[in-house]
Amino acid sequence: MEKRNKIKKAFGAAFPHTIPIFAGFTFLGIAYGIYMNVSGFSPMYPALMSLTIFAGSVEFVAVNLLLGAFNPLNALIITLMINSRHLFYGISMLDKYKGTGLKKFYLIFGMCDESFSINYTANIPRDVDKGWFMFFVTMLNHLYWFFGATIGGVFGSLVKFNTNGLEFVMTALFVVIFLEQWMKETTHHSALIGLGLSLLCLILFGGENFIIPSMLMILGTLTLMKKPLEKVGVYECQ
Amino acid sequence: MSMNLMQQVVMICMVILGTMITRFLPFLIFTSDRPTPKYVQFLGKLLPSAALGMLVIYCLKDVSLFTGNHAIPELISIMVVILLHLWKRQMLISIAGGTIFYMILIQLIF
Repeated sequence: MEKRNKIKKAFGAAFPHTIPIFAGFTFLGIAYGIYMNVSGFSPMYPALMSLTIFAGSVEFVAVNLLLGAFNPLNALIITLMINSRHLFYGISMLDKYKGTGLKKFYLIFGMCDESFSINYTANIPRDVDKGWFMFFVTMLNHLYWFFGATIGGVFGSLVKFNTNGLEFVMTALFVVIFLEQWMKETTHHSALIGLGLSLLCLILFGGENFIIPSMLMILGTLTLMKKPLEKVGVYECQ
Repeated sequence: MSMNLMQQVVMICMVILGTMITRFLPFLIFTSDRPTPKYVQFLGKLLPSAALGMLVIYCLKDVSLFTGNHAIPELISIMVVILLHLWKRQMLISIAGGTIFYMILIQLIF
């Protein structure tokens, strides 16, 4: 009984955090489902792929991979490149996901941009179980994405409402999360490094290729700044 | 469609595998039973802010500064999101407000 209450409480605390994702994923999921639909795939494809891959941008790319030549190694390399940013999320979540038991496997499986940014920045109330909170954030996001993709795949061509621009909901979400993190931290070196170097790489390398150079430059700059940052007390060794 | 079902399944499995590698790798290398190296702890503390900044830019990757609308609708709408958030500090108001503003901008003005 007590365990049930704990789980219920975590669900209640997690749900409000996921409402923007509900809007965003339903829309993006529908867009993805429609895209698969018009590319000639049955609704089974977006439904199953949204469940098993659960990484938005790469699923759009996967449509092109499926329409192209059979080249598994190429598919693997493209996926690794697009999703390389997850490595940063993993390193950031090493501590937060500690001690979550079996749920940890699912938390890592479902660590998309949105799950990461909510689970990293949310102020989880003291009396709420962290593991279950993060589990529900991840699971709800997963469900929304599946729901949107399936709807899009089934009813694809019937959507008439002018949804042009709705995709901005994801940008707005990440701006707000970035801002929240900004207000929480005492120094902004890392935030500015991330923002500035990524923008620089986007301009230099273009939207298709900027992620890997951005990550390398961010890693390099942070490493070079380790000593001076420690001096100003941004990071204390435990 | 040029691929048969089996080939499609293989391709999809490759995408699943690639995604899982990027998500699980840090946890497999730095397991709970060994102490995490100091350098990785340092990264774990500083990377999140940088990653969130990178994510904001990632959302804008298909927007061009130099052609089309020169990212003006996006930049104005991001300002709206920031102002709304500084004013009310209500996540949903900032996100919904900014998105509706952007939709009006690109559907009616740009």
